[in-house]
Amino acid sequence: MKQFLDLLAEHSFFRDLPREDLEFIATCGRNVAFKAGTPIAREGDPADAFYVIRKGRAAIEMYAPGRGSLRVQTVGEGDILGWSWLIPPHRWVFDVRALQDVRAIAMDGRCLRDKCDANHEVGFQLMRRFAQILTRRLEATRIQLLDLYSDKVV
Amino acid sequence: MSDCLLPTMCTITGRKQDTADVFTLSIDPPDGEFPFEPGQFNMLYIPGVGESAISISGRPAEANKLVHTIRAVGDVTRLLGIRETRERIGVRGPFGTGWPISQAAGKNVVIVAGGIGLAPLRPVIYAIADRRDDYGDVSLLYGARTPADVLYREELLEWKRAGVLDLAVTVDAARSDWSGDVGVVTNLVGRIHSDPAATVAMLCGPEIMMRSTARALLDIGVEEANIAVSMERNMKCATAFCGHCQLGPYFVCKDGPVFFYPDVAPYWQQREF
Repeated sequence: MKQFLDLLAEHSFFRDLPREDLEFIATCGRNVAFKAGTPIAREGDPADAFYVIRKGRAAIEMYAPGRGSLRVQTVGEGDILGWSWLIPPHRWVFDVRALQDVRAIAMDGRCLRDKCDANHEVGFQLMRRFAQILTRRLEATRIQLLDLYSDKVV
Repeated sequence: MSDCLLPTMCTITGRKQDTADVFTLSIDPPDGEFPFEPGQFNMLYIPGVGESAISISGRPAEANKLVHTIRAVGDVTRLLGIRETRERIGVRGPFGTGWPISQAAGKNVVIVAGGIGLAPLRPVIYAIADRRDDYGDVSLLYGARTPADVLYREELLEWKRAGVLDLAVTVDAARSDWSGDVGVVTNLVGRIHSDPAATVAMLCGPEIMMRSTARALLDIGVEEANIAVSMERNMKCATAFCGHCQLGPYFVCKDGPVFFYPDVAPYWQQREF
């Protein structure tokens, strides 16, 4: 467990979280691996985890009939994947597929929700961290939508 | 060239279509040689049509060849795009300030380019490749619209293979057969593992992209004074005379196009500048 705790503590997402809080939520986590090309999540499935990516890269995609899988974003080493575990109805909104062999820490969503209900301070800390990720992703998506490299004036 | 307002007619010696709307012209330089600093630009002229400010994108060590990578977006650049070898165009330059390559010696270098913004930065990579041992870690973070819009694909891969730089390419949109990243170039800043306090960053692309990237670089600890950006404004005379490219107290054509972040950041917040 100590090694697993250290892995969590080293990640920027959990950095500065008090050791006892980290120990409190670490029991919700486990190491996982996905081979390149395999699905990590599928749109509509229960979102029962989020992933702290340690190695490799994954694609967030949405399937469109006649057009195939449309890639929205890629995430890689150091990134956090998934926030649907936090927000009802707790279902994945996109497909996620490993582009390379991916090693990650999977944090169980139901377990974490229970912990957050039991300890609001931990819940607040997690929510604050996810709010930062959401804000960064929203800003990036808005810039992406501007189509800055197009020759058209938006 | 004795008169900086007078174009010299030069012969196009080579033409390459890089992407659907981007092409590269090689030109016999005026007077046979054309020394320049990476980051500088020329005014390219088509008689009877007009001039356009275009960054020099060739190898600084090859002064006998003048190279421009151009995106066909306006009257002049569209006509430049259909010029053939052996035709002649007018050239004035070089103008403006260069990238802080000597300041970066002994430090890590992060090059962040968006779209056609890679063209003014290519001479930096040539210069670094020629003296690779003078620099620490070198990273190129490059954002393009789609995989088909990625410039200098073979050269980028060759630089990566040769260990000149670490390469990360991201696109705004791609189908599932694209093996690279998707998302804004700012997302790649988190991949930099070099000591940010000993890093010089050079940014070129749309201004929104540069603002966002500069913020991300500051967040990871790169110092303001070590962030250089290339500004784009409506350059006409290129000699700080006409005032078309004025940015606060600066004329981008003469005081820039390469500036340091602390000099231009205040004007990024000023509307209408």
